[in-house]
Amino acid sequence: MTQNSTQPLLKLTNVCKTFGTTDVLTDINLEVNPGEVLCLLGDNGAGKSTLIKILSGFHEPTSGVMEIDGTPVNFKSPRDASEHGIATVHQFGGTFPLMTIGRSFFVGAEPTRGWGPFKRLDNRFAGEVAVREMQSLGITRVTEGSRLVGGLSGGERQALAIGRAVYFGANVLILDEPTAALGVKEAAHVLRIVMQARQKGVAVILVTHNVTHAMTVGDHFAVLIHGALAADFRKGERTREEITDLMAGGEAMAELEAELEAYQAAHHGHVPDPVELERLAQSKSND
Amino acid sequence: MTVQATQQAVSKGGGRSRRTDAPATLSNLIRRPESGSLIATIAIFIFFAIFGGAKFTAQSGTATWLNPAAELGIIAIPVGLLMIAGELDLSVGSVLAASSMTLAIVSGHWGQPIIVGIVVALGLGLVTGFLNGLIVTRTQVPSFVVTLATNFGLAGLALGLTRAITGSTSVALTSESWAKHLFGSYVSGKFEVAIFWWIGVIVVVGWILHVSKYGNWIFAVGGDLVSARATGIPTDRVKIALFMGTAFGASLVGVIQTILYNSAQVANGQAFIFNSIIAVVIGGVLLTGGYGSVFGVIFGTLTFAIVGQGIYYTGWNPDWASLFLGVLLLLAVLMNNTFRRMALSYGPRKKKD
Repeated sequence: MTQNSTQPLLKLTNVCKTFGTTDVLTDINLEVNPGEVLCLLGDNGAGKSTLIKILSGFHEPTSGVMEIDGTPVNFKSPRDASEHGIATVHQFGGTFPLMTIGRSFFVGAEPTRGWGPFKRLDNRFAGEVAVREMQSLGITRVTEGSRLVGGLSGGERQALAIGRAVYFGANVLILDEPTAALGVKEAAHVLRIVMQARQKGVAVILVTHNVTHAMTVGDHFAVLIHGALAADFRKGERTREEITDLMAGGEAMAELEAELEAYQAAHHGHVPDPVELERLAQSKSND
Repeated sequence: MTVQATQQAVSKGGGRSRRTDAPATLSNLIRRPESGSLIATIAIFIFFAIFGGAKFTAQSGTATWLNPAAELGIIAIPVGLLMIAGELDLSVGSVLAASSMTLAIVSGHWGQPIIVGIVVALGLGLVTGFLNGLIVTRTQVPSFVVTLATNFGLAGLALGLTRAITGSTSVALTSESWAKHLFGSYVSGKFEVAIFWWIGVIVVVGWILHVSKYGNWIFAVGGDLVSARATGIPTDRVKIALFMGTAFGASLVGVIQTILYNSAQVANGQAFIFNSIIAVVIGGVLLTGGYGSVFGVIFGTLTFAIVGQGIYYTGWNPDWASLFLGVLLLLAVLMNNTFRRMALSYGPRKKKD
């Protein structure tokens, strides 16, 4: 199912990032292969956003090497990253609610017809391509490029943004919490779109909180804790519980549970009162 | 390559996308930003045609609202363009006055050829617009504040310099005949030549906004600045160019008025600041940017001018004109919001909200 090509599309070696005196990322080693979904998991503040900002050219790493197709690269701006085929789609799709689907699809790269100063924006072509790309991602409800983006559902907007990225030649697609603001059905739709993009040979980096979503589409998982890569494993190598434990301070929660049981045993089955419970939780989270 | 791609798209799109370029049906019409303002213009015109009588609809009656509409329109159209990009320009009043005064001083007081005065006056507008744009894009201070400051600063500068140079606040100008014909004459005795300048501005700006790719940039900048920048649009340059456009429009009206009335007053033009915004908003442009059309601004300008002048034909007390405008502004915005919502919800949409 996973195509292990000899060379990863994107490779990070010992990438570190510090802001001032704070280490945000330490020694990140990652490989991203074409036609594979890498799920980047981690709690808030674990360094996920910083990592994707480095990948998409917003930040430069403090140290370490980033390679694309075996060639070291150095992104100075988001433009550099997109020229290397790395596209980032944010939670709300980065689209323009009051523009038509066609116009929005081609913002910044408008197709024109005509000659010299009388070049006209080719609205019809734009609309048709946008609709075609969205349909190829499984959005069949959208048939008119002249509709406004704001009338689309959250999932459809994601499809528009992903379709745009793929159309303009993205090899690596970074999806930042694409399902976070969506309902269950919409989220399932977005996951299907992720699979479609993967089938087209795109390497997808999916940033998410949601273990279920990650387990559904992921081929490869990386868990970040406190800026370090806590785990890096392939599909089927860990159970859902193990992943949940790894994420969101799962280990800390398990310890707290054990602590509570010990308390109950020591206090004739009484549970701690709220003040005590608070103190227990505090002492754990400060670890 | 584009041609090939188009053919491919057509053959692939097939019957599905045929509705995309269907002729204007009712559903297509109500999805346009100008539909609300078109209805407002027609309603207002019929209203005054009934209550203003034959005098209002006669040629002279038409000229009384078309002339101020043209002057306002030359400023309102670039202001609308700027507002679509998400910025305001409150400095057009002082730019108009300063350009007007510059022309009168250079060509009237100093006696230079009128072409020199016109070029300097329009140049002053472009420079002011450039500075507005530069300050807004560099400092991130809201354009409301920046252009308000420019408006006051330029007004003071114009008054101070004019008095220092000429000793007066009103300067006379005698134009060469070509300039008089081009900027300040009447066609068939009643219609200001400014109407043709307005049409020119409409054609150029309409092309930029609705036909060229730059229009897409303007909508994108006003719709979502961060996303627009991420796609590689030079957002700062777009904004600076649009600020230069509004100031140029104001300068042009300054030149037209000075040549038409053979003099410049230092306090001219302040009414254009709010009137242009009112016209643009009645015209269906979203105050926060990202939505609007040149046709809408034209209708908004016409509506504003008809209300402003039509009241004198009704025989009612003209003191009430402003009340009328205020109510109209509110109604127009509510109607435009309704139409925008209809445009957004158009299409086979799941009931979600």
